[in-house]
Amino acid sequence: MMSDMGQVFGHWNVYLVIFLMMLGFYTLIARGNMVKKMVGLNVFQTSVFILYISMGKIDNSTAPILTDNPLAIYANPLPHVLILTAIVVGVATTALGYALIIRIYENFGTIEDHELVDFMEDEENTL
Amino acid sequence: MIGDLLINVGAVSLLAIFAFWILRTRYLVGVVVVSGAFSLTAAALFVVLDAVDVAFTEAAVGAGIATVLGLATLTFVPHFEKPHRFKGAALGISWFPALLAVATGLLLTLAVSDLPRFGSADAPIHNHVAPHYINESPNEIGIPNIVTAILASYRGYDTLGEVIVIFTAALAVLVLLVGRTRSRRDKQRKGRRQ
Repeated sequence: MMSDMGQVFGHWNVYLVIFLMMLGFYTLIARGNMVKKMVGLNVFQTSVFILYISMGKIDNSTAPILTDNPLAIYANPLPHVLILTAIVVGVATTALGYALIIRIYENFGTIEDHELVDFMEDEENTL
Repeated sequence: MIGDLLINVGAVSLLAIFAFWILRTRYLVGVVVVSGAFSLTAAALFVVLDAVDVAFTEAAVGAGIATVLGLATLTFVPHFEKPHRFKGAALGISWFPALLAVATGLLLTLAVSDLPRFGSADAPIHNHVAPHYINESPNEIGIPNIVTAILASYRGYDTLGEVIVIFTAALAVLVLLVGRTRSRRDKQRKGRRQ
């Protein structure tokens, strides 16, 4: 039982990240407003970053910048590099999403999912 | 160690509160600003987790540029989300998406037990290429910051690919936003008038 507790406590970071991820995921699929969808996607994305960075942490480690202390434990730098790339690419896709939202609003006068669906059904009926 | 743990728990709890706030509020300016706060708190968490470079980038790019982009978008579109319920939604919850999210969360939770303990030094991730980077980069690259050494040298092609992705996204944004044509609504209005 004690080891089970240790197992759960040793993973609490991951459990919290899963909770955050699912909050972002739910925002993404349950909300019809496109700006809100983009923000939900950002929450999802940032939670994944936290998961990766948590993996790189070692007990009593320090940031992976070389020091004079030969006994220093450095956190794993590899996930940091991957996530640096992911953050920048994430912002690029966010910018693209927002640009699409602006164009959709100009064309259809709405950024709500269900109104867009209504609009397209109307258009099909008139054809 | 306990202090780190408390900061960690506090930051993640704050993130959960922000995420709930984003889900519940209908005022989109608030949503975008709170998402900036979410990114900034995540940046603070990255400092506790020894990822200082990631924290810089998240604070500047995630909390800064993404928030500015969101606010700039809101100058073109309405500021309020319209209330809408999916078919079968009750008690303010859309049940099908909720079910999907809970099911995905449960599956991920099942997989967690296979992961090594948080902070353990003998996890597989720490025993593959990472020791080489940490031990050899002072001799092979000569930059004190190991993350920079990997980003710019060992994995330079990754970074090149990243630049190509950003370039493509920038091109796409330009194509979408520059030289905007007349909107469909204008054409319809014009058609009605004639």
